[in-house]
Amino acid sequence: MLKQIEGSRAVAEAVALCRPEVICAYPISPQTHIVEGLGEMVKSGELQGCEFINVESEFAAMSVAIGSSAAGARSYTATASQGLLFMAEAVFNAAGLGLPIVMTVANRAIGAPINIWNDHSDSLSMRDCGWLQLFAETNQEALDLHIQAFRLAEELSLPVMVCMDGFILTHAVERVDMPTQAQVDTYLPPYEPRQVLDPNEPVSIGAMVGPEAFMEVRYLAHAKQLQALERIPQLAAEFGQQFGRDSGGLIRTYRCDDAETVVIAMGSVLGTIKDTVDALRQPENGGLKIGVLGIVSFRPFPHEAIAAALKRCKRFVVLEKSLAVGSGGIVATDVRMAVTGMGLQGHTVIAGLGGRAITVKSLAALFEKACAGQLELTTFLDLDWKAVNKQLEREKAVRRSGPIAENLLRDAGVVAARNY
Amino acid sequence: MSYQPIKFYQTGTFTVGNRLLAPEERSVQASAKRFNSINSGHRACQGCGEALGARYAIDAAMEATHGQLVCANATGCLEVFSTPYPETSWQVPWIHSLFGNTAAVATGIAAALKVKQKKAPHGQEIRVVAQGGDGGTTDIGFGCLSGMFERNDDVLYICYDNGGYMNTGIQRSSATPPAARTATTPAVGVEPGNVFGQGKFVPAIAMAHEIPYVATATVADLRDLEAKVRRAMEIRGARYLHILVPCPLGWGTASHDTIRMARLAKETGLFPVFSAEHGEQKSALAIRRQLPVEEYLKPQKRYAHLFAPTPRVEVLAQLQALADRNIKRYGLLDGGKQ
Amino acid sequence: MDKPFAITLDPGSSLANRTGSWRTFRPVYLDRLPPCNAACPAGENIQGWLYHAESGNYEQAWRALVDNNPLPAIMGRVCYHPCEGACNRQQVDEAVGINSIERFLGDEAIRRGWQFSKPAAPSGKKVLVVGAGPSGLSAAYHLARLGHAVTIREAGPYAGGMMRFGIPKYRLPREVIEAEVQRIVNLGVTLTLNCKVANIEQAMKEEGFDAAFLAVGAHIGKRAYIPAGTAAKMVDAISVLRSMEGEEKPQLGRRVVVYGGGNTAIDVARTVKRMGAEPVIVYRRTRDKAPAHDFEIEEALQEGVMVKWLSTIKHADAGEIMIEKMALDAQGFPQPTGEFETLAADSVVLALGQDVDLGLLDGVPGLEVKDGVVQVGPNMMTGHPGLFAGGDMVPSERTVTVAVGHGKKAARHIDAWLRGETYAPPPKHELAGFEKLNPWYYSEAPHVVRPMLDILRRQSSFEEVVQGLDESNAQFEARRCLSCGNCFECDNCYGVCPDNAVIKLGPGKRFEFNYDYCKGCGVCAAECPCGAIKMVPEEN
Ligand SMILES: Cc1cc2nc3c(=O)[nH]c(=O)nc-3n(C[C@H](O)[C@H](O)[C@H](O)COP(=O)(O)OP(=O)(O)OC[C@H]3O[C@@H](n4cnc5c(N)ncnc54)[C@H](O)[C@@H]3O)c2cc1C
Ligand SMILES: Cc1ncc(C[n+]2csc(CCOP(=O)(O)OP(=O)(O)O)c2C)c(N)n1
Ligand code: SF4
Ligand code: SF4
Ligand code: SF4
Ligand SMILES: [Mg+2]
Repeated sequence: MLKQIEGSRAVAEAVALCRPEVICAYPISPQTHIVEGLGEMVKSGELQGCEFINVESEFAAMSVAIGSSAAGARSYTATASQGLLFMAEAVFNAAGLGLPIVMTVANRAIGAPINIWNDHSDSLSMRDCGWLQLFAETNQEALDLHIQAFRLAEELSLPVMVCMDGFILTHAVERVDMPTQAQVDTYLPPYEPRQVLDPNEPVSIGAMVGPEAFMEVRYLAHAKQLQALERIPQLAAEFGQQFGRDSGGLIRTYRCDDAETVVIAMGSVLGTIKDTVDALRQPENGGLKIGVLGIVSFRPFPHEAIAAALKRCKRFVVLEKSLAVGSGGIVATDVRMAVTGMGLQGHTVIAGLGGRAITVKSLAALFEKACAGQLELTTFLDLDWKAVNKQLEREKAVRRSGPIAENLLRDAGVVAARNY
Repeated sequence: MSYQPIKFYQTGTFTVGNRLLAPEERSVQASAKRFNSINSGHRACQGCGEALGARYAIDAAMEATHGQLVCANATGCLEVFSTPYPETSWQVPWIHSLFGNTAAVATGIAAALKVKQKKAPHGQEIRVVAQGGDGGTTDIGFGCLSGMFERNDDVLYICYDNGGYMNTGIQRSSATPPAARTATTPAVGVEPGNVFGQGKFVPAIAMAHEIPYVATATVADLRDLEAKVRRAMEIRGARYLHILVPCPLGWGTASHDTIRMARLAKETGLFPVFSAEHGEQKSALAIRRQLPVEEYLKPQKRYAHLFAPTPRVEVLAQLQALADRNIKRYGLLDGGKQ
Repeated sequence: MDKPFAITLDPGSSLANRTGSWRTFRPVYLDRLPPCNAACPAGENIQGWLYHAESGNYEQAWRALVDNNPLPAIMGRVCYHPCEGACNRQQVDEAVGINSIERFLGDEAIRRGWQFSKPAAPSGKKVLVVGAGPSGLSAAYHLARLGHAVTIREAGPYAGGMMRFGIPKYRLPREVIEAEVQRIVNLGVTLTLNCKVANIEQAMKEEGFDAAFLAVGAHIGKRAYIPAGTAAKMVDAISVLRSMEGEEKPQLGRRVVVYGGGNTAIDVARTVKRMGAEPVIVYRRTRDKAPAHDFEIEEALQEGVMVKWLSTIKHADAGEIMIEKMALDAQGFPQPTGEFETLAADSVVLALGQDVDLGLLDGVPGLEVKDGVVQVGPNMMTGHPGLFAGGDMVPSERTVTVAVGHGKKAARHIDAWLRGETYAPPPKHELAGFEKLNPWYYSEAPHVVRPMLDILRRQSSFEEVVQGLDESNAQFEARRCLSCGNCFECDNCYGVCPDNAVIKLGPGKRFEFNYDYCKGCGVCAAECPCGAIKMVPEEN
């Protein structure tokens, strides 16, 4: 059924269609509307057979989900940013215990300085926690990915994060095609836990494992993610057949067939990038041979699929909303690993941190430069170099010059920053 | 064999069992068919009060629920000594997640079980117990615990209080008693050992949540402990049981003195044994043979600095005052009938 | 269940980890000797029979009791119960009323007609027992149970010895003696009354006895020199008491002075009180120095017996005596003060102790007599082979219980001697002193006081003064036993082991340690209420 609704609402309804049995929630922007929607559905009776628990922290939210999942209930929660970090210990634990929890991460920057707007630092900080991480490009895909996520998680007995850009997707009112309950029920069978806390078959879950077996445990977790590399495209294909649209998979390419330059990115920014690429391909704009590669599955990382997609190009530009401070790109590092030995020119572009707008204008300039072979190895898109340099000067002069954020704001003439 | 009502016979209800006691008056632990929820072969120290307390409590809960029980366990000695790969001592469905989230994990289990029960109302009902050490309860797990209390989730949380972070090598927790020496409150300086005026007594905080049931117990009073677990399992909602479990290693006591130390803690009044419902005290386990606090402190190396090289009379007086305050506050001389 | 590798484990699998290897000390179950048993002159296994009484299994209790002492109904009345004096329970509240339970069992056995179990196969040996007092009866009983043919020769008209001719019936009703003696006779013992053995060697030879046990007691009242007028009436206590058993009751007049401070003095005074006289006991020292048991003095005073403490008789005459006041010196000995007093007295009864009549031993070679009593070795044999002796006629405390103990001990040695062997008693268990117990576990339970006859009837009749317990309070009293040193199946060790290393074998079968898992912490030993577990160092 086609609906014009907010992204968060769309996700909430999709999650409800998946018949979750335990939902636990703790508020943080921009995730709030999702859990509010679910809470309402449970309270009104629209979503039955589900416990909605208002917990006292994200750490508790994930912990409740761990308990409920281990006791055999389909479990869901959502968070973002600081919340994800606050639950970090439990996030790793859920993966270690192999519990198929599904969690929405409404991607948002991490403080300090506190910032509520979108980038990917939060989920990427959990890069190695053992969860699968799927990134949605649109609200439709966000909705669809949740349905696929439960299936994937439960089949593999691994938790899955569905990442969607905060505000940009969560708060955007768009048209989506909402599947019916019957459709979802056909695609997603009831949860059959792989291990469960059951008095009739008592087991001890969560043993202490020493050096004699720890490496093996870790390798097996890795092997499971590698299995996911096979399962994700299959499930996406099955989804496509049943629901009549393409959603999910490992990667998605756009105009790559003859592209010499391929722009790689995750999430909603792909839309803007595709628009820019369409424009640059126009003969009046130089008819640049440029294409786009969207990564849906950041974990497991689809090394082979990416290498295959880049086989015919000369260079790639990874545009990412995250920064490995002190190193550079995070996604770019993985991409470079994937194309090892292919002799490609690779560029990293750090963009959109803390909600900084990524405009078609800036992208067009960037891509032209890239196609011309003039792009630096690492670019900080639309960085205010004046402000940055001023601070760097100041620091050179005085060892201790006060908090960077305050100094920059002062320089930018902002009197007071709003806090959330 | 003839049975006689327990009031007048050899050992009353003080021993674990007794061949003369009517079978229904015997403790769970007296039964040859007890569950042994935590099996032999665990790696707890010799004479570990926590290993004992856990078997007492979980066996009682198993009895009360006819074996329909699931346990969540915090990181700590109990978890480490019971489940090092490749063996576990637990014979009940059991999960260990983290150090500080056990109450929440239990909430999750309870929620899952509630949903399952609603979906299959004729299946046997399963109940949940969460358990952890004092560190995992009163410190790092306190947020989750308070949340669980406040939501009144159907969980019995059991804290095994051995007065410190024992598993990491005996550091101070907020349940470490004043003057006690730990690795982080060493017996040096002008005020050796743990400072006075800090720490918290979580049973009282639990009462402030007005949850349906709060109780304390020790491994020295098995029947009281079992009765409290039984009562707790009769009640729905959040319940809290705080059990004093002496730790020979951390307290510096002889391994055979574990039960004696728990008994002395209660008999001196330093550890009040009582129960409360909905925030109101309901009972106290009366002191039977009151003793001065020294009797309890002296056998413990963690208090050795109070007796030598020079006796710290003023500190002993302060500790006695704490005991006296407990006795008054909880009515320990008259069994709670203030 | 499809269990993830290493993280999820099978229940109870830690059994693979044998923590027993950690042990440096191992707990062992043992039986220690309860102080009551150690103190019982008859060697009763008190804790052992109380164990059955606690369960209400009185017949089994009685059978365990009579393994050592065939006279529980008598003992339960006249024994001075040194067991209670040793009882560990005194340190908790009051001693267990062992004696009253013993009496209950003895009475119960009489009431229900319980008989001794059949003796062992006949040995073909004949043993003569001289004297049917407690010592002789005890020896006869044990010898008969060991399969020997036993004949008792008793000079008097009744069996019981001093229990019959000395101890008054208000303390020991005669039916009780009759019943317990009869039960011994039922065992096949030949008892011949009114048959004094004049010459032991001859008696043995004539009838071909293989051994003899002498238990003739001490029946000759000691006399003291008291200047007396010819009209003064002076008799000895034993004769008075003995005549109580005959047709002619003693004629002592109204005002009877009893001279002496022992139990016999008390018994005589209380006896004459019951006959309507006004007895006055004259004793040279103080109450606390008197050899009589304080409870007996107390009972006598309650009944109206008068006592002149710190007094000696200087002179006796018709109708009166003169006494001199005494004072205790620094050493506690009474010294004359020169202060005199006269006392109306129709008669004076001397209660100054008894001597042994050794007439039947005249000319027996090898005998050693010292201080008027026959000397015996540790096996109760006199210097003459085959001739054993016990009770009041050998050096002893002169109580019924000691006499019974002698009888038992002598029987065992006679049995061995008859087979040409020597009897070696099994090694004694170590004592279960109070420090071996964990008294915490015993609940507060005060001693049950035996009911007493009302005072009017005590002053005028020979009805039994101290009454028995009924079943419920006998059981209660039995359950006050701490079971010192002997497992009473309280389940503590089973319950308190942090390693579940104690195996419960089931009712009556006690417990076993599972050394595969026992870490040797010692909690079980520390928490065993009765000290039935010991920690011993591991050898390797
Ligand atoms: C008044 C009194 C009260 C007492 N009260 C108590 C008491 O309450 N509790 C207690 O424990 N003790 C009491 N005693 C002491 C106790 O009675 C004696 O210690 C005990 O009876 C000694 O036992 P026996 O077998 O050695 O000798 P006896 O009991 O004296 O028995 C010896 C028997 O041998 C017989 N006999 C003697 N010579 C011959 C012979 N030649 N041939 C055949 N038979 C012979 C005698 O007739 C007598 O029956 C009391 C003693 C007296 C005098
Ligand atoms: C988040 C976290 N912090 C610290 C630890 C280290 N740690 C493990 S057990 C433990 C002490 C446990 O103390 P307590 O809860 O009192 O249990 P005990 O060992 O005394 O029984 C600590 C500090 C941990 N595992 N996790
Ligand atoms: S350190 Fe203490 S709590 Fe831990 S196993 Fe040893 S005795 Fe038990
Ligand atoms: S603790 Fe109890 S059951 Fe164990 S040996 Fe001692 S008396 Fe017997
Ligand atoms: S309590 Fe258990 S582990 Fe300790 S010594 Fe006794 S049997 Fe052994
Ligand atoms: Mg602790």
